[in-house]
Amino acid sequence: MAEGNGVLVIGESAGDELSLASQEILAAGRKVADDLGQELAIAVFGDAVDAVAQAAIAQGADKVYAVTSPLLAQFQVELNLAAAETLCRETSPAIILVARTNQGREVAPRLAFRLGVGLAQDCLEVSADTSNGKLLANRPVYGGNAVAVISCNQTPQVAAVRPKVYAPLEPDSDRQGEVISFPVDLDDSMVRSRVIEVVKEEAEGVKLEDASIVVSGGRGLGGPEPFAQLEELARLLGGAVGASRAAVDSGWVPASYQVGLTGKTITPDLYITIAISGASQHMAGCSGSKAIVAINKDAEANIFKEARYGVVGDWETVLASMTETVRELVQE
Amino acid sequence: MPAKIAVLAKQVIDPEMPMAAFQIDSNAKRVVTPPNIPPVVNGFDENAVEAALQIKDSQDVSVTVISSGSSFALDVMKKPLSMGADELVLLQDDAFDNSVDSFQTAQLLASAIRKLGGFDLIICGRQASDWDNAQVPLGVAELLGISCVALGKKVELKDDRVVVERLIPDGYEVVEASLPALVTVSNELGQPRYPTLRGIMAATRKRPTIWSASDLELDGGEMEPRLTLHDLFVPVSNTECEIIEGDDEVDAGRKLALRLREENFF
Repeated sequence: MAEGNGVLVIGESAGDELSLASQEILAAGRKVADDLGQELAIAVFGDAVDAVAQAAIAQGADKVYAVTSPLLAQFQVELNLAAAETLCRETSPAIILVARTNQGREVAPRLAFRLGVGLAQDCLEVSADTSNGKLLANRPVYGGNAVAVISCNQTPQVAAVRPKVYAPLEPDSDRQGEVISFPVDLDDSMVRSRVIEVVKEEAEGVKLEDASIVVSGGRGLGGPEPFAQLEELARLLGGAVGASRAAVDSGWVPASYQVGLTGKTITPDLYITIAISGASQHMAGCSGSKAIVAINKDAEANIFKEARYGVVGDWETVLASMTETVRELVQE
Repeated sequence: MPAKIAVLAKQVIDPEMPMAAFQIDSNAKRVVTPPNIPPVVNGFDENAVEAALQIKDSQDVSVTVISSGSSFALDVMKKPLSMGADELVLLQDDAFDNSVDSFQTAQLLASAIRKLGGFDLIICGRQASDWDNAQVPLGVAELLGISCVALGKKVELKDDRVVVERLIPDGYEVVEASLPALVTVSNELGQPRYPTLRGIMAATRKRPTIWSASDLELDGGEMEPRLTLHDLFVPVSNTECEIIEGDDEVDAGRKLALRLREENFF
């Protein structure tokens, strides 16, 4: 593709609203666009996207492409990709940013391959090199043991940014922007896959991704039963329960509990780990927590290198005593 | 004709190796291959082998494992054969760097798949534990123009379609896709089976097909690098851990709760 101009965010809607991940990535895109002196656009997909478009402008977009088709009412990956590809080819952005959400982790690589360009995957940070217009991306590799700094060689430069890294901009309803209607011709024959059933497996109560306090358990718990004790502490603190991959692989809790590189990324104020060793693959999902607490019998465990507060000891005794004290404190 | 299944698998540095053995050569911008620690088949790719073999358990299918890289430990890469896969195809060339640039790797694999006459179903691990790119499988599907379902925890092959239980953040969804299709799988699929003695004997006798760059139809544009690696480093954590001690573990637990209350966490 020819040399492009501008930064384009591939947006996602959540009902009638702009998704939180899209709000975050608009903030990332705003900074890059300002540094390069270019425009920030966002593509929103759907059959009726007016409210979403206005929200996007208030949160930093100069331009909103309202990509519309009757077939875009529900997210369907091949239709969404075809629409995004058409928009990218017609508007030739220099940089494309995608939030690495459930949808984005599939859309970003497939879009980059369709455009014949590289993708900086799962970035923790993106910044513009103003000397050459390159987008520099920091991304964790080797399970978070290392960080790679990469850039794309062709235009458009595409990056998928990890959610919960950037904070959304404060909405400013006075901001001005342009909404451009971009109808696309889609065809049902593009659809190669269909969702036929959705099965929810989430714990009741506060969602893991939204909780301000998370109590998480690992391999050292030794079985599924101790999760009841973790749940008790989480309930007292108004938090949620998470788990390491080892606990999920052992079948102690469903996959939706998993925190880490291949599980959920969470950023609670307080992340309390019980018998979790703190492998980099786990830390990749929780390193954005404001404070981490470690309860582990192994003083050499990696988790103590990442934790703000730690107790070295038998988790069962420490957790029981901690829970009792928390109960007294919250009842006061 | 029996259905043809391919599994794409990568040889990686053992991610379970001791942290102390993890070293970066910052000039070469590479992770140093640890001496005396053998490489492994990428864990998620072993899940992919398992997914293929589960289909083979009840249906007449062939399972071909394809891998690309600059060098291979043959005994390591034969593991899928000893688990029960039928054939191994290694794309081996000094030029197949197989690290930062997923685009090249996907081109190589897609080219080999075409040369092998295509497959009804291609199963891959969700990502490799070295570069964690999660791009090659999706790229292969795009280059071949076939259906693609990511993050499966159960894969069933039916006459003209594949049915996948696909992980979503709050559970899973059941997705149906037309064939040919590519499916990526995650560890939630379950433990890969152990090689059997019979499998190991059979694998010893099997010779992999080995192709180099000249055996594959690749043009220059396809192999042009898409990414530039500027730096590779180990991040440093500067968190000071306050170890809370007490008269005993009961006291330490109590003091921890009080400390967190003092800091207004709850």
